[in-house]
Amino acid sequence: MSTHASAVEPARSVWEGGQSPYATNSKKFGMWLFIISDSLTFSAMLFAYTYSRVTNPDWPKPFDFSPAVIFSTVMTFCLLSSSLTMVMAVHAMNHGDRKATVRWIVATMVGGAAFVVLHLSEWMKLINVEGVTPFKNPWGVPLFGGTFFALTGLHMTHVICGLIYLAIVAQGIARGKFKAEDVEVSGLYWHFVDLVWMFIFPLVYLMSARVG
Amino acid sequence: MSNHAEVAEHVGGTTGTFAKVWIALLVMTGIEVLLAYEQVPTLIMLTALLGLSIVKAALIIAYFMHLKFEKLSLFLTLFPMLIFCIILMLIFLGDAVRIPNMRPPV
Repeated sequence: MSTHASAVEPARSVWEGGQSPYATNSKKFGMWLFIISDSLTFSAMLFAYTYSRVTNPDWPKPFDFSPAVIFSTVMTFCLLSSSLTMVMAVHAMNHGDRKATVRWIVATMVGGAAFVVLHLSEWMKLINVEGVTPFKNPWGVPLFGGTFFALTGLHMTHVICGLIYLAIVAQGIARGKFKAEDVEVSGLYWHFVDLVWMFIFPLVYLMSARVG
Repeated sequence: MSNHAEVAEHVGGTTGTFAKVWIALLVMTGIEVLLAYEQVPTLIMLTALLGLSIVKAALIIAYFMHLKFEKLSLFLTLFPMLIFCIILMLIFLGDAVRIPNMRPPV
């Protein structure tokens, strides 16, 4: 009888209230909103880099294929692999395996830390050997240093923040505090950091590669 | 019940799928690096690199960020606006192209 009554009742839209139209929790939706707004920040910076390059036909190509591009390819490999381990952490947590989750998050952090170390050593080479700063460089196009350090610096800051975030989440999971949705939300942030690098790597490094 | 609901909510891809996506991302990165090594003409290079980057981003969003397994309403709320705003940033491209021609000869 009740089944019959519910079948006759007209279907209500999920937008009429009392339901979750996105069928997701508020933490995850909040992180998605942050990711979208941060995407616009990085997009604006990538456009600024690209427009600065277009307006300066003598834009420098400071990255030798070997070792600079190979170096940044290894950095890309580290980030991509850390995204895979992060997915595995979310997967393990969804199956209730807290120990495996902590192990996968630690593996993710190792990948992220390797990225930061390699990136900083590349920065040091540019600053100390090539003489590039945000305000001047030996190739006579000051905007290169300004846009390069702003873009890659903001990304590196995100990676470092992500490492701190993951450390807090891993510690919470080890102590039995956080739930699966918390790992998933931290995973969203980490994948976003990886995603941004998928645009910085080709546009900044590969487009300015010098072979021979 | 709540545990069951939690697991059901997060179903989205298997470890095999994630590994395949990771390999696809690595292969596309390899192709990008090869293009840089071959020093193909700038316009072709830019088009190819941007195309590959968009495909890589889509794979990460769909599988690693699980958007493929979320409700369509979430995607429709977030992404058309983002794509529209990014396209709007192209407005200044014309100015960027014109500026080198507007500089007085030295």
